[in-house]
Amino acid sequence: MNDLALHLLDIVQNSLAAGATYIVVSVDENPRDNVLIISVSDNGRGMSPEQLKKLSDPFFTSRTTRRVGLGVPLLKQTAEQSGGSLQVISEPGKGTCLTARFQYDHLDRPPLGDVANALVLMISANPAVDFAYSYTYNGKTYTVNTMEIREILGDTPLSDLYVMEMIEEMIKENQNDLKVCQIE
Amino acid sequence: MTKIKSLDDLRQKKQQLEQNMEIREKSDHPESLVQIKVAMATCGIASGARTVMNALVEKIKKENIAAVVTQTGCMGYCYAEPTVEVKKPGQDPVVFSYVDVKKAEEIVDKYIRNNELLDGILPANYQTI
Repeated sequence: MNDLALHLLDIVQNSLAAGATYIVVSVDENPRDNVLIISVSDNGRGMSPEQLKKLSDPFFTSRTTRRVGLGVPLLKQTAEQSGGSLQVISEPGKGTCLTARFQYDHLDRPPLGDVANALVLMISANPAVDFAYSYTYNGKTYTVNTMEIREILGDTPLSDLYVMEMIEEMIKENQNDLKVCQIE
Repeated sequence: MTKIKSLDDLRQKKQQLEQNMEIREKSDHPESLVQIKVAMATCGIASGARTVMNALVEKIKKENIAAVVTQTGCMGYCYAEPTVEVKKPGQDPVVFSYVDVKKAEEIVDKYIRNNELLDGILPANYQTI
């Protein structure tokens, strides 16, 4: 995986496979405190303590198409090689929350990548699922969620190509603003 | 074009969106659209499925093709990722392997437009999960 946005795209697939209907993705970039945190939480079916224990084992998967499950182990490795850690909290029937921490200025930390684009792809491909996104830069936060966007757009689906472009642009503009305001 | 920054801007754009309704009307009847599914599990993403999905979205938008692009999980063909499944209305799905931006464009130009098959088709004996 070249960047952290790809990891997010991948981890969200786990939430979807767990039958989640509401997924919260958050990114907290904090160069001031030298930390970058990405997290995904969902209201899916959750995992039993046994499954949770095996989660970072690349040879464990609940899939039937193949015998390896590399998504979480790869993210764990990336976090740990960047001076960070991976934490997963899960409760059967309630959902799962995965948090990966990275040392911001670590040489081995992959770039954050295009999170706005990753989100738009998730949103458009899963019309039955609601997503919330929060982006924080040095303590200042921008949040958006598909419920409010759906309310505005009415019948127009979020998978509409023009809608996708607009949502991506909106997220990018706001993320850039948070950064620019603080540099000034 | 002014940039969209807030939900209010989005609200204002809604009208403009509604004028562009042709494809959207069809999307109420997904069976009349070409369904393109990009495999987006760890194997697919690590091999470049996101770039492929963006390229497909861009291409069908540019050429105004009645198609929907969605994601799917791993089909078990990890070695051949990125893979793309295309289902044309009334036809069996076809899965293309080793898709990159160039091949994605070829899929649209040759298969979707002209029903012409390309190299690297995988046998569709899987179940999508």
